[in-house]
Amino acid sequence: MLEIRNLHARVEEKPILRGINLVVKAGEVHAIMGPNGSGKSTLAGVLAGKGDYEVTDGEVIYKGLNLLDMDPEERAREGLFLAFQYPVEIPGVNNSYFLKAALNAIRKHRGLPEVDALEFMTLVRGKAKLLDIDAQLLGRPVNEGFSGGEKKRNEIFQMAVLEPSLAVLDETDSGLDIDALKIVANGVNALRSPDRAVVVVTHYQRLLNYIVPDFVHVLSEGRIIKSGGKELALELEEKGYGWIEADGAAVHA
Amino acid sequence: MAVAAAQDLYLDRFDKFLAGRAHSDPAWLTTIRRTAVDRFATVGFPGPRDEEWRFFNVSPIVETPFREAPAEPAPVTKAQIAPFLIKQLACSVLVFVNGRFERRLSALGPLPRGSHVMNLAQALQSDPGLVDPYITRCASYDRHAFTALNTAFADDGAFVYLPAGAVATEPIYILYFSTTDAPIVTYPRTIVVAGDHSQAKIIECYAGGAGQFYFTNAVTEIVGGEHSVVEHARVQRESFAAFHVSNTHVQLERAAVFAQRNISLGGALVRNDVTAVLGDEHIECTLDGLYLGHGRRVIDNHTAIDHAKPNCNSHELYKGMLDDHARGVFNGKIFVRQDAQKTDAKQTNQVLLLSDDATINTKPQLEIFADDVKCTHGATVGQLDEEMLFYLRARGIGREDARAILVHAFASDIIDRVTIEPLRTALEEALLGQLPKQALL
Repeated sequence: MLEIRNLHARVEEKPILRGINLVVKAGEVHAIMGPNGSGKSTLAGVLAGKGDYEVTDGEVIYKGLNLLDMDPEERAREGLFLAFQYPVEIPGVNNSYFLKAALNAIRKHRGLPEVDALEFMTLVRGKAKLLDIDAQLLGRPVNEGFSGGEKKRNEIFQMAVLEPSLAVLDETDSGLDIDALKIVANGVNALRSPDRAVVVVTHYQRLLNYIVPDFVHVLSEGRIIKSGGKELALELEEKGYGWIEADGAAVHA
Repeated sequence: MAVAAAQDLYLDRFDKFLAGRAHSDPAWLTTIRRTAVDRFATVGFPGPRDEEWRFFNVSPIVETPFREAPAEPAPVTKAQIAPFLIKQLACSVLVFVNGRFERRLSALGPLPRGSHVMNLAQALQSDPGLVDPYITRCASYDRHAFTALNTAFADDGAFVYLPAGAVATEPIYILYFSTTDAPIVTYPRTIVVAGDHSQAKIIECYAGGAGQFYFTNAVTEIVGGEHSVVEHARVQRESFAAFHVSNTHVQLERAAVFAQRNISLGGALVRNDVTAVLGDEHIECTLDGLYLGHGRRVIDNHTAIDHAKPNCNSHELYKGMLDDHARGVFNGKIFVRQDAQKTDAKQTNQVLLLSDDATINTKPQLEIFADDVKCTHGATVGQLDEEMLFYLRARGIGREDARAILVHAFASDIIDRVTIEPLRTALEEALLGQLPKQALL
């Protein structure tokens, strides 16, 4: 599904990613953990095609395609989905209008007929229920005036409607109370299937109680310094990042 | 034509104009006209050194020998004006062609008892005493050449009078339509008097034949009585070759609620002045505006809100969208007089520049003489928000479509504030017809 090879990226002149290697296969859930400033969000942004980052070395192969050569919209149409850490408010653009435009752009790309308003509403109602989204939010401008929790749920709701092959969740758990966290996790788990993959980027282990990962990777100073199973997350929760960073530094020295 | 010569041309024509009105104008109006034309002779046309007109060059207006419309009415069909009327809107309609009332194209709906809704020429005939207290009550022609000219030459216009307590259930729609082969000037004069506790929705629309060259010099005076609720939409859809200069003066009394949407979609050279005087306490005044410019068009909006008394709120949001070589000007004055404690005034001007050659001069101008007030102002000028663009694209929406969605959303913000639903729909359509090509979805 996804293969990241020796990925280097920088913001302005500052190197952030310094040689990421990662293989994600269909059906798997990977968690990427790490302290603030380790490059987690940069990695998510580079995968989605955010313009602020400059890739200086390495490559990313997604479904056999050279991901880094593709525009953000092409990536999305090929089934990549980024759940934003800070979803953007877009005044004047109706939430459901926006989502219908997105869904139809993706469907068109796949040679599928566009959904009409009625089909769309039927689809959306079911998904909204799954994410416990108030139907009124659908008629409001995208994210405008949403609470932090509503914005995060809206991200996962969009994901549920667009049904991506690879979902990258960037700190989706930050700012969520435990009830909202469970709802979001349910939404993600509902999407899990043998032909889909999920990359969960998070600072805390908490979300991983509900979205149980197959692999956990620790990111530090732009490199993956340790990988393991789901128990690694618990170990991090207990000991913090310090011990592993010291370890990692020794490895790279 | 030199400025002085142009000025003389207007002065020369005045005597002839006055002679033609000898039988229809009451004596007091003749006096007003004479005073106004004298003021015009004294102040003359504004020049580039006039602070209020720094960014608006009046030369193209001054240098064109515009003539008054011929006396015989232009043959205009319903089909010609249909694009500028609102389908699905039950309302009273007053249609003026080349500045003169067209009875056969107009129709009144149900109106509250005691109200007078008619053309100004008719009102001057049948109820001159009703017009007398209001004409020039708000719109000072003392220092404004165009208002002075309108006052001197105004031939017709709309007169709306609602007595105390009258609630107009249907909007009143006033269309000023110009159609001409020769460059003509019209002087529409609109007077709206909303008595105490009355309620009304007034729509003024200015339009013209596609590509035609003419000059509209309009003045509107609105009096909002105590506890009155008035919504005023000003829709400027002149031909892209036309010149449009307007002055809207609003005088509000105690606890009046007034909301205006000033929407400028047309015109080659457009100057709108809007002045609202909040003359007593507990007034709510909203001035919103939207202007679109493309080609080499110039759109200048000058607004002034005068907080004269305590405990009033004013809200102002102007949005502009400029493409190609278009030029925009926004000047927003807010005066808070010494007496006007507890004033809450908020002003925002947002401009979207869609091309590198489009320009805007934006200037908030707050003059505050009271100490216990809340006044905020802000101006943003920019291109489309990159974060928003990326968000849309990251969901699969192509770059051009994403731009179109954001451009449309920017402008819709103002149109969405119009409470008359069929008008909102019509404006939405007009907007879609006029957004840059990439914005058409």
